[in-house]
Amino acid sequence: MGGAVTTLTPVLTRNWDQADSFTLAGYERDGGYSSLRQALTMEPSAIVEAVKDSGLRGRGGAGFPTGMKWGFLAQGTGKPTYLVVNADESEPGTCKDIPLMLANPHVLVEGIVISSFAIGAHQAFIYVRGEVLHVIRRLQQAVAEAYEAGYLGTDILGSGFDLELVVHAGAGAYICGEETALLDSLEGFRGQPRLKPPFPAVAGLYGGPTVVNNVESIASVPSIVGRGADWFASMGTEKSKGFGIFSLSGHVTRPGQYEAPLGITLRELLEMAGGIREGHELKFWTPGGSSTPIFTAEHLDVPLDFESVGAAGSMLGTRALQIFDETTCVVRAVSRWTDFYAHESCGKCTPCREGTYWLKQMLKRLDAGQGTEEDLSTMNDIADNILGRSFCALGDGATSPIHSSIKYFREEYLAHFTHGGCPFDPAKSTKWGA
Amino acid sequence: MSSTSHFPEGSPYDVETRQRLEQDAKEIIARYPKTRSALLPMLHLVQSVDGCVTQEGVNFCAAVLDVTPAQVTGVATFYTQYKRRPMGDYHVGVCINTLCAVLGGDEIWDALSEHVGVGHDEVTEDGKVSLERLECNAACDFAPVMMVNWEFYDNQTPETAKRLVDDLRAGRPVPPTRGPDSLCTFKQASRVLAGFPDGRANEGVQAGPESVVGLELAKEKGWEAP
Repeated sequence: MGGAVTTLTPVLTRNWDQADSFTLAGYERDGGYSSLRQALTMEPSAIVEAVKDSGLRGRGGAGFPTGMKWGFLAQGTGKPTYLVVNADESEPGTCKDIPLMLANPHVLVEGIVISSFAIGAHQAFIYVRGEVLHVIRRLQQAVAEAYEAGYLGTDILGSGFDLELVVHAGAGAYICGEETALLDSLEGFRGQPRLKPPFPAVAGLYGGPTVVNNVESIASVPSIVGRGADWFASMGTEKSKGFGIFSLSGHVTRPGQYEAPLGITLRELLEMAGGIREGHELKFWTPGGSSTPIFTAEHLDVPLDFESVGAAGSMLGTRALQIFDETTCVVRAVSRWTDFYAHESCGKCTPCREGTYWLKQMLKRLDAGQGTEEDLSTMNDIADNILGRSFCALGDGATSPIHSSIKYFREEYLAHFTHGGCPFDPAKSTKWGA
Repeated sequence: MSSTSHFPEGSPYDVETRQRLEQDAKEIIARYPKTRSALLPMLHLVQSVDGCVTQEGVNFCAAVLDVTPAQVTGVATFYTQYKRRPMGDYHVGVCINTLCAVLGGDEIWDALSEHVGVGHDEVTEDGKVSLERLECNAACDFAPVMMVNWEFYDNQTPETAKRLVDDLRAGRPVPPTRGPDSLCTFKQASRVLAGFPDGRANEGVQAGPESVVGLELAKEKGWEAP
């Protein structure tokens, strides 16, 4: 970007202001399903190559190259290949896939048909969290419309390609956003993660080779096919290419969804969003949801791409920018996130199940002012024993707020002890507060 | 059985209900390559009849999916949307995850819980309203967020929250901010979750105001993808 001003690049969000954006007619009016027509004339391997060349990396948090994931699919297993879309968006702060599916479900459906054609899947699923009823209605309708129009079913648009697509509602479990827990859940079991390897690409749904991709990743595929890998790669940074939806929430003047090239900074985004709410200043923020270590005002100019955020000590995650001003107590924030991890820990592995339980108890006590500096070492120690020792990334994520808050806000923990409780007035942090 | 059960006993399904459930179950099972995948939608389905998961519902799921009631119980107790006692006609959730809590969700919860007189996962005596402390529901730009029967009620305050529940109890219509023109009941919502559309997808807005702030700014500035 060479110092030029970064601007927004609406692609997935481009039609969200149209009243009928979620209907087939509305989507087709905007050129919808033309990429599918084009894709069906291509060699499937050429689509995989295009997605590889585009540099698209998973938009669900981990950032694994999408085309490479497709390339890992086991061949000749004798079992069907599956595409499963992870629409279980539940990471605290993350709120991009839900408005996408509400306003533009057909871009996801088109992406699913193209991606399934590319990887040779004839059965696909959208695993959507169950707590978003109207989003589920919109997905159900989009799928029904796509069948009716011949974009799904047998011999799609006369190509000879068949695909069945099922919308599957979850039932309230954050852990099902973890891809192997999602597969267990989709198979009708408790959503608990599986040991990897084997990875889903080798043995996934029903033991068959399976690709699990995030909503936004798959929704990006039609534009890559339609406008080219080079076009996609012309946006973003060298290793984090393309655009993504950045979700600003919290103490910001105009919270909402901002679709921009990867590498944009929070300073730039905040300027677009009217800054921190009037009369207040930035205190801390998450770059990609509660499972990514918090940042402070010193990180305003970190390019929001996978490498730069990583180098600065956090993770890009889902670009869920939760913004907190100086009225917010860090200990309260971390305590509440820890409640969440303890509640959502599936219980399968000991470090996560027991560790989050103890962290929760400790934070309650510290927030009430009943702690010592030694407790901070103990918390770091517990977190060290979860990080890298848990079955899945939920445990790792639980340690992010702990480690990062003690690193940046040790004094604030100590202030709770000397003050004999929380020195902040929660009323001032509310939307209607000062 | 009931003394050791995780669920209320439930009354046996009458012939007509059972036939309808069996028909629905067939349809659900047909969606999947393997039968057991039907279990989550089946549990939503029995909730759509009973208002929660009952022992009768568990036994029914086990019978049609050819698994044991214990296996069904293991799954039903794992997921928070499966309720172990009847919820209100209007199941009201307040997000108390960090961002919503800080922006006012905690105040809303306290005010609402006191106003309604019930706590987490409890139901009012008239059976109309139940409350739940919710985890993040992916609408953080609309914080503080509430859900009723899994429909969005965005940008709430303690006052709007109390009024919302009063209106629901009085039978006054209160449409969601991003949802259909009117609320359906918890049981009706559960049927949609089981995969049976209610024909209301065209109702309501395509996006909330916060969802399009970036797009509107881009249009105003003339910014586009290359």
